[in-house]
Amino acid sequence: MRILIVGYGMVGHRCASALSEFAAQRAADEPPVDIAVLSKEARPAYDRVHLTSLFNGSTDADLTYDDPPGVEVVLGEEAVALDREARIVTGSSGTTYAYDVLVLATGSRPFVPPVPGHDLPGCFVYRTVEDVDAIKEYAQGRRVGAVVGGGLLGLEAAGALSSLGLDTHVIEFAPRLMPLQVDDAGGMALRQRITDLGVTIHAGTRTEAVHAGGDGAAAEMLLAAGHDPSDQRTLPVEMVVFAAGVRPWDTLGREFGLELGERGGIRVDAHCLTSDPHVYAIGECAQAMDGRVYGLVAPGYSMAETTARHILGQDSTPFRGADLSTKLKLMGVDVASFGDAFGTTPGALSTLYSDESQGLYKKLVVTEDGRLLGGILVGDASAYDLLKPLAGTDTALPGDPIQLLLPAADGAAGATLGVGSLPDSATICSCHNVSKGTLLEAVRSEGCATVGALKSCTKAGTGCGSCVPMLGKILDSAGVEQSTALCPHFPQTRAELYEIVLVRGIDSYARLIAEHGAEGAHPEGCEICKPAVASILASLAGRLGGPKHILSGEQAALQDTNDHFLANLQKNGTYSVVPRIPGGEITPEKLIVIGEVARDFGLYTKITGGQRIDLFGARVEQLPAIWRRLVDAGFESGHAYGKALRTVKSCVGSTWCRYGVQDAVSLAIELELRYRGLRSPHKIKAAVSGCARECAEAQGKDIGVIATEHGWNLYVSGNGGFSPRHADLFAKDLGKEELIRAIDRFLMFYIRTAERLERTSVWMERIEGGLEHVREVVLEDKLGLGEELDALMAGHVSAYADEWRAAIEDPETLRRFVSFVNAPETPDPSIEFTTEREQIKPLLRIGRRTDRTGEEAKDLVNAG
Amino acid sequence: MITQIPVCRYDQLIPGRGVAVLLPDGTQAAVFRTAADELYAVGNLDPATGAYVISRGLTGSRGGVPTVASPMLKHVYELVSGRCVDGPAGPDPSHRLPTFPVLREDDLVYVLDDPAIPRDENAFELDDAARDGGS
Ligand code: SRM
Ligand SMILES: Cc1cc2nc3c(=O)[nH]c(=O)nc-3n(C[C@H](O)[C@H](O)[C@H](O)COP(=O)(O)OP(=O)(O)OC[C@H]3O[C@@H](n4cnc5c(N)ncnc54)[C@H](O)[C@@H]3O)c2cc1C
Ligand code: SF4
Ligand code: FES
Repeated sequence: MRILIVGYGMVGHRCASALSEFAAQRAADEPPVDIAVLSKEARPAYDRVHLTSLFNGSTDADLTYDDPPGVEVVLGEEAVALDREARIVTGSSGTTYAYDVLVLATGSRPFVPPVPGHDLPGCFVYRTVEDVDAIKEYAQGRRVGAVVGGGLLGLEAAGALSSLGLDTHVIEFAPRLMPLQVDDAGGMALRQRITDLGVTIHAGTRTEAVHAGGDGAAAEMLLAAGHDPSDQRTLPVEMVVFAAGVRPWDTLGREFGLELGERGGIRVDAHCLTSDPHVYAIGECAQAMDGRVYGLVAPGYSMAETTARHILGQDSTPFRGADLSTKLKLMGVDVASFGDAFGTTPGALSTLYSDESQGLYKKLVVTEDGRLLGGILVGDASAYDLLKPLAGTDTALPGDPIQLLLPAADGAAGATLGVGSLPDSATICSCHNVSKGTLLEAVRSEGCATVGALKSCTKAGTGCGSCVPMLGKILDSAGVEQSTALCPHFPQTRAELYEIVLVRGIDSYARLIAEHGAEGAHPEGCEICKPAVASILASLAGRLGGPKHILSGEQAALQDTNDHFLANLQKNGTYSVVPRIPGGEITPEKLIVIGEVARDFGLYTKITGGQRIDLFGARVEQLPAIWRRLVDAGFESGHAYGKALRTVKSCVGSTWCRYGVQDAVSLAIELELRYRGLRSPHKIKAAVSGCARECAEAQGKDIGVIATEHGWNLYVSGNGGFSPRHADLFAKDLGKEELIRAIDRFLMFYIRTAERLERTSVWMERIEGGLEHVREVVLEDKLGLGEELDALMAGHVSAYADEWRAAIEDPETLRRFVSFVNAPETPDPSIEFTTEREQIKPLLRIGRRTDRTGEEAKDLVNAG
Repeated sequence: MITQIPVCRYDQLIPGRGVAVLLPDGTQAAVFRTAADELYAVGNLDPATGAYVISRGLTGSRGGVPTVASPMLKHVYELVSGRCVDGPAGPDPSHRLPTFPVLREDDLVYVLDDPAIPRDENAFELDDAARDGGS
């Protein structure tokens, strides 16, 4: 069977993925399935919903989806003709594609009101990555922009323009913002929030024309009050984004004789079949059987699923219509609307809560006998996840509706509403239509005990992801213990232990386990809690009575094995040596010293990925002698062995580079010297680039700094490694003092609240409130922690001392650096080398067992 | 014949850490002093990787029984039995450390080397220089 999908947007991609997955599960005797997709856009499918993140530091690669396996994807190929008789589609390249089944997923086109001047240079639409690129480029050096449309799309676009630094105006024809989702009062609250962000709202008025300036580009917009054309005024603008709505892209259906809806959209039945039994239509180009054209992605996903199953003859859930509930964050403001938000059900009653000073508006619509019909939440939509599944069910609300709306007074009010109050029929995951009952069943009979297991078992949470927090709550409510304990010896999380150590001033592991360990915990602890506590004690060394060497006293016993030898263990039992080279800058003299040391001790030498030099193959007893030479030449520990600051990479910056706008090297060195030795839950990496070309790859680092004309942009929580994450833009155009303070606080807040072995990237994804919350804590000092965080960092900076210098000056520590305690002078005879490319290479007699898979190895390499 | 191999002074051992001991036949043992001041000795060879590193592992406990975690791939062995009770893929019966009796006399610690204790096959022949303690 040949299946051809036309359109490779979000819904076309979902359909291709579902087909590919189901086809792979088919029995060998069933006819094979060929799947092909034509994509008008010359790029792989991507997440359009998060298009606006391209203005906040994401790249198109972050949004791009992987092609599903076994699907032939033809990029840059628009379907231009359709011969339904012969079942052949012709592409813009002239190539023809035969099909047995055709799926149209051509989406929507932006609607541009046909006002004079709508096509002048400086006028844009907002739908694709290319639109974003064009808007970004044109906005450079411009100061004022206007968005036509104050709905979801318009506010997304307004957020984009204001993040580019433009004075932004929004023109909305209706008297309020987001007229489809919220009521008048909700619109007011939203308007206030958005106005506070510096965006000017012109509601109840419309764009009559865009006028060109002397250069022929858009320069002025003519506005008329909604109903009275005589009441005209002009608004100076330098660019205009039309975001006034979309129209179904139903051209193929229209031109080749498929039935359409009255207001456009290819008409389909409950299986998403069009008037031609070989042609399906899904997503925004289709008019569903309830007469609606859905402009949201979740209904499109349901249609894709229904269609894929129907094509392959599987049981499919008919698509009769979908819920228009939405929860959005627009320019950082929560907006949610669900169920019968406008109270149109006969006999519906509304309960309102509004606080203008906070820009909060909440409304619940209930029946006379207390069942929930729908609601609107502006400013704080945290109750959405629990309220939405209740709407339209027979379950009575657990208590007075107003109690559910009042801001939680110390958690009391919020507590009345829990997943427990949801009926089993409540839909938890709308993307995959998974009910609470199905999830509980998976817990009971399939033994799902983690969010991950629920996801793979039921598919819930694998669409837009918004229901994932609910999955955790369902597990809790089912009594599945998701232990957050650090290990069997401590019931607390790492973050809780940090607080205990800080507040109680506990300065030893022995005391911590005795006073706060799990009941009956063995005083030996284990290899998990000991290093974790050692790291906390080291992070807080400045606070807990001054500098202390990590190998002094009890601490020596707690350190992970690499920290214990201040070096990284290699596969044959030797160690590597990594001196710090701040910012990657090194004098020829020092370079020569490294070369001489490597030569004299016969070490393998390699430039690392962190802009420094690693010397491999040192035996334990050689380490002190090697470091004596390095310390004498002015080197210090590079902490390659510690969960601590690793490197601050830099590009050469404005000192040499013809593009550089700031001195990247000096800043990188300053940062590296400031944070060196800082022990943290996991390693920390940083980088500084001298301009937006980003040669230091700062956006892949925990802390990334990129120079701008006006100062420095700070990025946080980037990561390379197993799951790369693009860093988030945290603050713009900071002066050096502001920058350092922001990094100080960010790092100290991370160290305080992260779990063991949690990089800043994972922490950022996990921490409640995410980026916005961290920004509030770090930049606005919302928790009032600022001074304490500053003081803790000051404590670290003043307590810093080079660990290797201290070690070689202390005979007691030095005594441990022997291969054999009973033969201190004897080198370990098991360590042998061969030669490769004129350098040493370990020779292993037994070797690594070959049955280790890559997957296992992943859990293992936490040594450094 | 059982031989008594001197290890070091008792106070040279840090509670919670181990040391490596060279045995006369060129094989190696790892001696640990736990936080509760008990002494244990096991083979120093990490069965999973073939490197002599067990002595550099961290001690711990599993269900109240003292253990050591190999620093290489984090297999966890009981110090009393040498059994592998935990690891990247759970307990692994195919890995087992030999165990040696340890004793403390006055302030000195000894391991008892008995040829009957199973060794790894690839013990290293010591050359004379190494045996004399020079290099
Ligand atoms: C030496 C070096 C490779 C090289 O020859 O270039 C290296 C070597 C090791 N890396 Fe790395 N990484 C090195 C740069 C990197 C980079 C690139 C960078 O820093 O710009 C990355 C990706 C960036 C990142 O971390 O976000 C990197 C991602 C990792 C990861 C995955 C981390 C993650 O979040 O997924 C691990 C495993 C871990 O930490 O659990 C790891 C772990 C290791 C360990 C510690 C594995 C081990 O336990 O033996 C290696 C020991 C180093 C040693 O013995 O000295 N290494 N490692 C690089 C040392 C840089 C330095 O100067 O300190
Ligand atoms: C900025 C923005 C923010 C949004 N925010 C949200 C949100 O928060 N929540 C939400 O639910 N929805 C949101 N949406 C809407 C959501 O993106 C759409 O509902 C979804 O993308 C629809 O998917 P689709 O596959 O039907 O259409 P599309 O994603 O538009 O894909 C259709 C594809 O088909 C291609 N195509 C068209 N004609 C042809 C042809 N003849 N041959 C080949 N290819 C063709 C098009 O070029 C396009 O690539 C947002 C949209 C935008 C633009
Ligand atoms: S990031 Fe900029 S300043 Fe730095 S080297 Fe690259 S182009 Fe030059
Ligand atoms: S609601 Fe989208 S993944 Fe569950």
